[in-house]
Amino acid sequence: MRILTALFLLQLITLQANAQGQGGRGGGGPITQGYPQRPPADPAVVERGRMLYSTNCAFCHGADARGGEGASNLLRSEVVLNDKNGELIVDVLRNGVATMPKFEFTNAQVSDIAGFIHSFRVGGYDISRQRPVTIVVGDAKAGEAYFKMKCASCHSAAGDLKGFAARINDPRVMQQTWLLPGARGARPSKPIPTRVTVTLASGQKFEGQLVRIDDFLVTLASPDDTQRTVRRDASTKVEVRDPMQPHKDLLSVYADRDIHNVTAYLETLK
Amino acid sequence: MSRRLLFISLALLLLSGLSAAQNLDPAQILKPLADSWPTYSGDYSAKRYSALKLIDQSNVKNLTLAWTLRLNGGPGNFGGVQTITGGEGPGEYAGGTNIKGSILEVDGILYVSAPDNAWAVDARDGRVIWHYFWRTRGGTHIGNRGLGMWRDRLYMETPDNYLVCLDAKTGKELWHVEISDFDLQYFSTMAPIVVGDHVLVGTGNDLDEPGFLQSFDPMTGKRQWIWYAVPMKEGDPGLETWKNLDAARHGGGQMWVPGAYDPETRLYIAGTGNPSPAYTSAGRGEGDNLYTCAIVAINVDTGKMAWYYQTSPHDTHDWDSSQTPILVDGEFNGRMRKMALHASRNGYYFTLDRLTGERLVTSKYSPTANWAKEGLNKQGQPVRDPAKDFHVGGSLVSPNNTGVTNWPPPSYSPDTGLFYVPRYDSYAMYYLTETDPRGAMGLGGKEEVNVASLGSHLAAIDYKTGKTVWSHQYPSTGGGNLSGILTTAGRLLFAGDNAGNLIAFDPSNGKILWHSRIGQVSNAPQTYMLDGHQYILAAAGDTLFAFTLY
Repeated sequence: MRILTALFLLQLITLQANAQGQGGRGGGGPITQGYPQRPPADPAVVERGRMLYSTNCAFCHGADARGGEGASNLLRSEVVLNDKNGELIVDVLRNGVATMPKFEFTNAQVSDIAGFIHSFRVGGYDISRQRPVTIVVGDAKAGEAYFKMKCASCHSAAGDLKGFAARINDPRVMQQTWLLPGARGARPSKPIPTRVTVTLASGQKFEGQLVRIDDFLVTLASPDDTQRTVRRDASTKVEVRDPMQPHKDLLSVYADRDIHNVTAYLETLK
Repeated sequence: MSRRLLFISLALLLLSGLSAAQNLDPAQILKPLADSWPTYSGDYSAKRYSALKLIDQSNVKNLTLAWTLRLNGGPGNFGGVQTITGGEGPGEYAGGTNIKGSILEVDGILYVSAPDNAWAVDARDGRVIWHYFWRTRGGTHIGNRGLGMWRDRLYMETPDNYLVCLDAKTGKELWHVEISDFDLQYFSTMAPIVVGDHVLVGTGNDLDEPGFLQSFDPMTGKRQWIWYAVPMKEGDPGLETWKNLDAARHGGGQMWVPGAYDPETRLYIAGTGNPSPAYTSAGRGEGDNLYTCAIVAINVDTGKMAWYYQTSPHDTHDWDSSQTPILVDGEFNGRMRKMALHASRNGYYFTLDRLTGERLVTSKYSPTANWAKEGLNKQGQPVRDPAKDFHVGGSLVSPNNTGVTNWPPPSYSPDTGLFYVPRYDSYAMYYLTETDPRGAMGLGGKEEVNVASLGSHLAAIDYKTGKTVWSHQYPSTGGGNLSGILTTAGRLLFAGDNAGNLIAFDPSNGKILWHSRIGQVSNAPQTYMLDGHQYILAAAGDTLFAFTLY
């Protein structure tokens, strides 16, 4: 069994580059697992197991083995996770545990039930099964009023936002885009350029798009895309103008309800 | 005959000399951090404040690269030395080498680690002395936080959950023992902490399995005790804070970052991880979910908990409280107190009495953090606002999942009385994607989409008030990715920014005194002294950089 597992692992092992649990970044990117999923069982075994499970176990443990009122989630149970082919599950079935009664299954039946329970994918990055139909949950009218109050000084439904929701079909992408255009998960996902002006001690001035900045150097691109890196010292003046600053300033102002309402309103701009 | 005697005595002399050269008496770790770096935080207080002061504010501008070394993990022979291979699995990690932990320095030798790999390196010239490679079964390869050392032995955790004991001189494996269950999807990254004849190890897990700290015998690898961060049986304290026993037993609380140790009380003081399932928490009940997201004090001889203080009751964002606490003796409200200082991933800072766990100060050190209600509860804890867990339409939450701070270690300087922490202010939208009222397992049930970075900072906090005395915002266009921090008696603070610079600051005001763009610093800068020269050591990904004065 160990060799089998090992061989399987060799094929399936795609190790996670950036897990969220320990300090990774969230938000997108495919999540791969460092743990092998079990090899697919014979469909006939799974089907026989499902029948047995449905009549004997599902009432308490749920049709999907994730537990229910009064009975635990089997998928994350130590016995189930350590079990390969029913050899550990059998004891619980035959002897019962706490409020669970004993069951008289044959070895073959236990193996079938194990095959069914093991057919579910199990991992820390649990895939959602019952996804909401839409993220648009707000009130468009209230959203329009909020838009007029907070956004209309820079944006208009008939102007720059004409057909906004038609341009960005996915409402979640649309919402991320109006919250902060150019952010990851927004469209376009390229940052909107930040402008910078650098004034040297001599009075010489450079102006352009900010490419990179730290405490020591600043790099800017002129309209013809030539880049210039300037060393920063006490006599060099650097003025950065982030066009997204008004959007960033609003992040501490919005209530979630405002965001949902504005999204519902912008969804009408098709 | 006399010649033979002479030869034997010479040989003995040589042997004893050699063994002394690679032998760490556990009592040495009790000394405050100075010439060597014998444990994860340099010393047990976790201040990361070195008494070394050859490099100081007056000469740091002359700091020069002494050597650099690029490490390359894996089974191939490396740097002219033959790789020693161990392991239970078939696998080689496909990713590159990334040094995201502490490096030990003992008697002129550096002991460096990355997942599945350990190296001994000459601290004078960056030459590899030996390389050990572990063939893995898998597991989450997110990082390795360093090695532990006891006498002539080294200890390393592997992502597939073994504690490996190596001969420090040769890199040859002496034994390995399994420390947690691979089938339950544990993974192990912590730097083992040696306290006397105990090797303390913690593990990680993202699948609703219980967190624990274990102590092993450094000679044999036999387990001495295990302490669970969650109730494991009927009658266990804290069970009333969970929906039921099954929920508690699947409640997480992983201990994946090393803590501090107080020799006076024999208490190991460390942070526990987040409760699980991390986001959809209905199955955990309405309670606080003890002892997750807490600072806990565990007796190193018995494995029993002396006190706890929970910094995030019923966390719902995977913001663990694992960040290493710092032990400080100092004045508080007119009298001397023995304290533990802790800046949590959730954006709140705490000063605790480390003898009792009594809370002295709570403050919100991230101005943007918005997940808790206004004010604090009677225990001085932030109170979660359930409306900020997530929403089908998205909930705008600060910070993002990375947190305001994370594993990169903070520092404390007795010269300034300030606590230094890398701080990252950010917003993300948290979308509920699982409407099954039973929720999801592990980290599932939501999708988090980043919105904005509001800046990465180096923040200096006064432990007496919790207030930020000064902070330096890195002007970079990028986001988080800050390194840990080192302070020294040379009145210097070393830290990496988020634009690839290793920077020396004045710890009293944040003024920049020196920098070198070596690449994204991926651990915390360290220091050691050899032959009358002080070195500053930092890692950037797979490469080590050692600086000194000539």
